Amino acid sequence: MKKYFFKVKRFDPENDVVPRWEEFSIGMEPFERVLDGLIKIKDTRDGALTFRRSCAHGICGSCAMKIDGRNRLACQTLIKDLKETVTVEPLPAFPVIKDLVVDMEPFFKKNEEVIPYLLNDETPPERERLQSPEEQQKILQAITCIMCACCTSACPSYWADKIYLGPSAILKGARFIFDTRDRALDERLGKITHEHGVWRCHSIYNCVEVCPKEIDITGYISKLKRLAIKKGIS
Amino acid sequence: MNHKFDTVIIGSGLAGLMAAIEAAKHGSVAVLTKLYPTRSHSTAAQGGIAAALGNEETDKPEWHFYDTVKGGDFLGDQDAIEVMCEDAIRTIIELEHLGVPFSRTFEGKIAQRRFGGHTRDFGAATVRRACYSADRTGHAIMFALYEQSERMGVKFFKEFHVLDIIIENGRCLGVVTLEILGSGVHVFQSKATLVASGGYGRVFKTTSNAHASTGDCLNILFNSGIPLEDMEFFQFHPTGLYGLGILITEGARGEGGILINGKGERFMERYAPSIKDLAPRDMVARAIITEIREGRGIKGKDYVHLDLRKIDKKIIEERLPEISTFCRIYLGIDPSEAPIPVLPTAHYAMGGVPTDIDGRVLMDEKGNAVYGLFAAGECACVSIHGANRLGCNSLLDTVVFGRRAGLAMGNITGKSGNAEEAGINTANKSLEAVDRLLNGKGEEKAADIRAELQKIMMDKCSDFRNEKKLEQLINEIQTLKGRAMEISIKDKGKKFNTELLEALELESLLNLSEVISSSALQRKESRGAHSREDYPKRDDENWLKHTLAFRTDKGMEFRHKPVTITRFQPEERKY
Repeated sequence: MKKYFFKVKRFDPENDVVPRWEEFSIGMEPFERVLDGLIKIKDTRDGALTFRRSCAHGICGSCAMKIDGRNRLACQTLIKDLKETVTVEPLPAFPVIKDLVVDMEPFFKKNEEVIPYLLNDETPPERERLQSPEEQQKILQAITCIMCACCTSACPSYWADKIYLGPSAILKGARFIFDTRDRALDERLGKITHEHGVWRCHSIYNCVEVCPKEIDITGYISKLKRLAIKKGIS
Repeated sequence: MNHKFDTVIIGSGLAGLMAAIEAAKHGSVAVLTKLYPTRSHSTAAQGGIAAALGNEETDKPEWHFYDTVKGGDFLGDQDAIEVMCEDAIRTIIELEHLGVPFSRTFEGKIAQRRFGGHTRDFGAATVRRACYSADRTGHAIMFALYEQSERMGVKFFKEFHVLDIIIENGRCLGVVTLEILGSGVHVFQSKATLVASGGYGRVFKTTSNAHASTGDCLNILFNSGIPLEDMEFFQFHPTGLYGLGILITEGARGEGGILINGKGERFMERYAPSIKDLAPRDMVARAIITEIREGRGIKGKDYVHLDLRKIDKKIIEERLPEISTFCRIYLGIDPSEAPIPVLPTAHYAMGGVPTDIDGRVLMDEKGNAVYGLFAAGECACVSIHGANRLGCNSLLDTVVFGRRAGLAMGNITGKSGNAEEAGINTANKSLEAVDRLLNGKGEEKAADIRAELQKIMMDKCSDFRNEKKLEQLINEIQTLKGRAMEISIKDKGKKFNTELLEALELESLLNLSEVISSSALQRKESRGAHSREDYPKRDDENWLKHTLAFRTDKGMEFRHKPVTITRFQPEERKY
């Protein structure tokens, strides 16, 4: 058991005008995660400390936050990989609701713009639509997105332009555009290739750097840019 | 605030979303979830979903039917199991058409792999029946269903905590909720209501379940006089990451992984000579605990090894990427180079709200239903899984019975008039617990009581149970329930008060723990996941029946109902 200092950015909407910092000193085992630390603080020091969490092993996407200056999942960040002082803040670029909880609506709403579902109104075959492993390879990374918002929240283009779709919504578009079973390519491409769409991405790679699922988001966006140019949309 | 919808669905996991897609064809649908829709624990399902597609080798729905009956130690209702297995192929094809990115064979068909208890020719040998999307099958289905339900115009109410389900005169009228963000109480009036609120693995200390899996709605229904069925049967998954409880899919053994004890033995050869490491979960979990108890854990400690080193590296990368990442992140090991330390972890509730095959909630042992109230998924007990669920049948259960409930609700909402005026009085009553907690002046903390509960449930009600331990446990739970009345919380705020929510969830955990342990005490036999040291044999003469626990003014009361047996007579369960 080693002592760590959690420096947490707090904001109580019913009492605070501006956010404040609070420090907690807690003992942690090396295999424990930042989420374990936050739970310990909530359970033993301050029940009012507020954050989202659910699965606690990196698949539900609830506990994305800024830890030591970088967007990550608290449940996937081991304490032994951090220094003795751990700085925890809410995800940047979204309105803060309370402590580490941000308003996710602006993020989820972006998705609606890219027709975020498989569209294929042809009469389906009696069995599955065939798709070879090679064809599936094109979407294999994109389908692992957990919508944690680490990427969009880390994107300087999104910081500067809140109308920008952001990496996550564009990735969702790519997930369908490159799915051989989908039939809405042109329509969807039109929704993504405008000035607040793929062209707003300047390949800064922040999204790729923070993605807890290690998705090459910028790579997907580049493919979409190339496809748009090929189709004469720009 | 009041809302009116034809159908209200509690829970945005696979059962809830499948029902929503179906019900949305017949009227307006609201889905209420205490999380964000894609965060439900269905998304954590890894290994696969069962269907006798026969894409990789010959398979038949009747073999699937037999395996499910035998896997459940003959406690499952065979009429319902047959419905599920017969509908499995159509269901998987529907999911594929909705966009689920299943992994593929080289010909482009849905790929399939081996899984625990899946056999051909009624137990002759293992069969490839699990359809999968790498080891993220739940996540893949989850997103497709969420996306399609948005397309259907389903309205999502995100971060709404259910306080009450309004049932008056045998009829469900709607749901009372608290908006977590802070706008207060919202009442949803409906013609049909589906409870698809998932499991309650958080009653145990070591679990694969999410923090959100606290069984809130089961507690609400139980308190309203609806019985809970077969609650003594709780599945421990054999392979949880040691110390953490995080699930390592059975698919790892389906792809060729084996379990090894401290002496380097592949011990499952002794317990299940024919299908070995792919025996059903109750048997494998019990085998692991037995090995450890008899001193054959790794280095004499309380874990065994799951060894994937004989599996081709490429297969691990392609088909088991998620669990490889877990091993790397949480334990710092590469499973293709080092064995994984594992221990059973609380995983799945076979028990739940009794329903018929169309999801109608049954209020007694005679089959009388509550009008307008439905349940599906892990919170329901149809009963498909009997005393022990087979791997890949939970996802199948959610989509088959979620869809059937959606269809049945569509029939009701199409026919009857407007939703009944419900609930302002009920809404006020629902706030009693909230007010008590916010105004509590006691010295107790919900987190302390929860930690103690999870520990005693783990110690006394997990793998091997006996009368003495269970009686002690029930007394201890009573004490904790008393202490829970003295809880005070620091956060008095109205906005995003998670301390309040955790205290509300604790009440569910306490009550459900009491039902689980009391149900376990009254069942004097060992069957499936329920192992009694003092009654080590299965007793078909006295106990081939379902347990129904009722809450009455005089305390908990048990009644029973027969198991439906249509095709397969109980036989000794050997693999």
